[in-house]
Amino acid sequence: MLSPTGNTGDTIFRGLMLLVALFVVAIVIAMVIALASDSMLSIRQFGFGFLTSSQWNPVKGEYGALPFIYGTVVSSLIALLISVPFSLGIAVFLVEQAPHYIARPVGFLVELLAAIPSVVYGLWGIFVLAPFLRVHVEPPLARWLGWLPFFQGSITGIGLLTGGIILAIMVTPIISAVVRDVLAAVPGSQREAALALGATKWEMIRVVLVNGAPGIAGAVILGLGRALGETMAVTMVIGNRPQISASLFDPSYTIASAIANEFTEATQDLYLSALVELGLILFLVTFIVNGIARILVWNVTRKTGGVSRAA
Amino acid sequence: MSAWKRSAQSVVLLGAFVALSVFVGCDPGNKGVSPGPVQLQGAGATFPNPLYQKWLSEYGKLHADVKIDYQSIGSGGGIKQIKDQTIDFGASDTPMKDEDLKSAPSELLHIPTVLGAVVITYNLEGVAQALRFSPDVVADIFLGKIKKWNDPRIAADNAGAKLPAADITVVHRSDGSGTSGVFTDYLSKVSPEWKEKVGAGPSPSWPVGIGGKGNEGVTGQVKQTPNTIGYVELVYAVQNKLPVAQIKNASGAFVEPSIDSVIAAAAASAANTPDDLRVSITNAQGAQVYPISSYTYILVYKDQKDAAKGKAVVDFLWWGIHDGENFAKDLHYAALPADIVKRTEAKLNSITAGGIALRK
Repeated sequence: MLSPTGNTGDTIFRGLMLLVALFVVAIVIAMVIALASDSMLSIRQFGFGFLTSSQWNPVKGEYGALPFIYGTVVSSLIALLISVPFSLGIAVFLVEQAPHYIARPVGFLVELLAAIPSVVYGLWGIFVLAPFLRVHVEPPLARWLGWLPFFQGSITGIGLLTGGIILAIMVTPIISAVVRDVLAAVPGSQREAALALGATKWEMIRVVLVNGAPGIAGAVILGLGRALGETMAVTMVIGNRPQISASLFDPSYTIASAIANEFTEATQDLYLSALVELGLILFLVTFIVNGIARILVWNVTRKTGGVSRAA
Repeated sequence: MSAWKRSAQSVVLLGAFVALSVFVGCDPGNKGVSPGPVQLQGAGATFPNPLYQKWLSEYGKLHADVKIDYQSIGSGGGIKQIKDQTIDFGASDTPMKDEDLKSAPSELLHIPTVLGAVVITYNLEGVAQALRFSPDVVADIFLGKIKKWNDPRIAADNAGAKLPAADITVVHRSDGSGTSGVFTDYLSKVSPEWKEKVGAGPSPSWPVGIGGKGNEGVTGQVKQTPNTIGYVELVYAVQNKLPVAQIKNASGAFVEPSIDSVIAAAAASAANTPDDLRVSITNAQGAQVYPISSYTYILVYKDQKDAAKGKAVVDFLWWGIHDGENFAKDLHYAALPADIVKRTEAKLNSITAGGIALRK
């Protein structure tokens, strides 16, 4: 603002950067406007009931989003539940414990996982993961934990649990790569201080983790974003059935899958509008979940007075 | 301050530049009256796509002056785009509904091209013979009323088959699809309960089962999961050598799905095919008829705006329903019966541009 030189190059550069930054904002606003205006028909028809109805029947013109919201949120939560401990373990191992000649190739492999196209994950899910779960994982779960409502019902290998596990595998490389960078950024003096005070290696790692907490939370948010919006791989293993069932063995449906599945043959205007409104809801769900996560991060940062900054 | 003013100027300039380049980049390929080849754009159904791509390549060899592009975006998209007049011809697996036709800007013609069928496939260990199903049994399985493979109603049609006492897992398409449209159209005809509870459509609300995306998704889940039953296109089942069930037709005979039994369904329905050729041929009468068969259509406007393009469309379709039909069998589609070809010819002859017929 107080630029004294008035250098032309600086001015152009600043304008360019401003434009680029504004472009992102403009795209977000344009998308919300487009989604909202195209879903007007459905919003007028169903109002708030769209969010609370479990009926999704295009033949009869009944549309309700609740099963899709449920499927999206629960599959993403399962994914985080599984992938966060794994990712933390991978990152701690790579940063604190592994010798260089192991850390490098393993780190590379983890990042490679992030580059696999999601349709490949989906095919692997159908042909390898689902049969494996059906034969080796779900029957023991049903036998030992069958008293819980989550592990009841018929076992097909296709359903909410499989969708969550596929998502977990997909977000693990993202979370672990970011956490690794966060841990690496924690100053070495902290480790030395902890060790000098007589801390064991595990106690030292705890100090590092606490210091990196805001960054770790940021990594989890990033993974969550990926899980909420993932379409192809989930579609292939989740069973695509708009229902709310406590059992993780039962088929479910996510918002992104529903749009991808039904958009091509949606001929009536109301049908199309309902699908666009689903898109709008996914936008809002992502927004709300991100908001909650950020508040959590902020709280953690305040409590620990963390050194590294939130991602 | 001046720095900000200048940066604002540069923003405006850059914005204008970006807008201009976007505008130029989005030029919709309007070649105006250039003497180059005629460009035709088609879009719609995915089911006939392999055949249409073959047609385009063969037709392109014969007519270098016509460039045709077909995008398989789904029947719904095909209907929408031809109604919006953004393409020269659309394609749909199911005939357009009356209200859709009324809301089109002018009269649309249905040009049948080939026939397809929906087959029932399953994964049942220890059963060597092809399973047989009565229509009401198929409907009740997909309604979730018949739950076990050894149900007496399934056993009644399959004497000698060792049916397990296992739960039936139904697999259906999760994506909107003409295949589901044809299948549910059939189930609505043979089961009043299906018609009332579920109805017919490309994305019905399935009472039971798990959804797979596309033919490959359904096939994958049926192959991977024991005791499943699902439905796929005939073409897909033949190419992948899937077990297929025989279905009892309206005349009481169990018929295996094949190109011949599909053509028989079209021939049997020819007499009651209406003048506009929009017809459902599921559950047709006749001993050789496979009951879950259907036409697939190309949609064109009767009155073409551009005479050159209109003529190219008509010539291409004329070639398609004659020479093009020769490629159908290799790709496992059923070709049109002769009298339907005759009636389609009449449709093509009726296409005009500015009141002048485009064929001769």
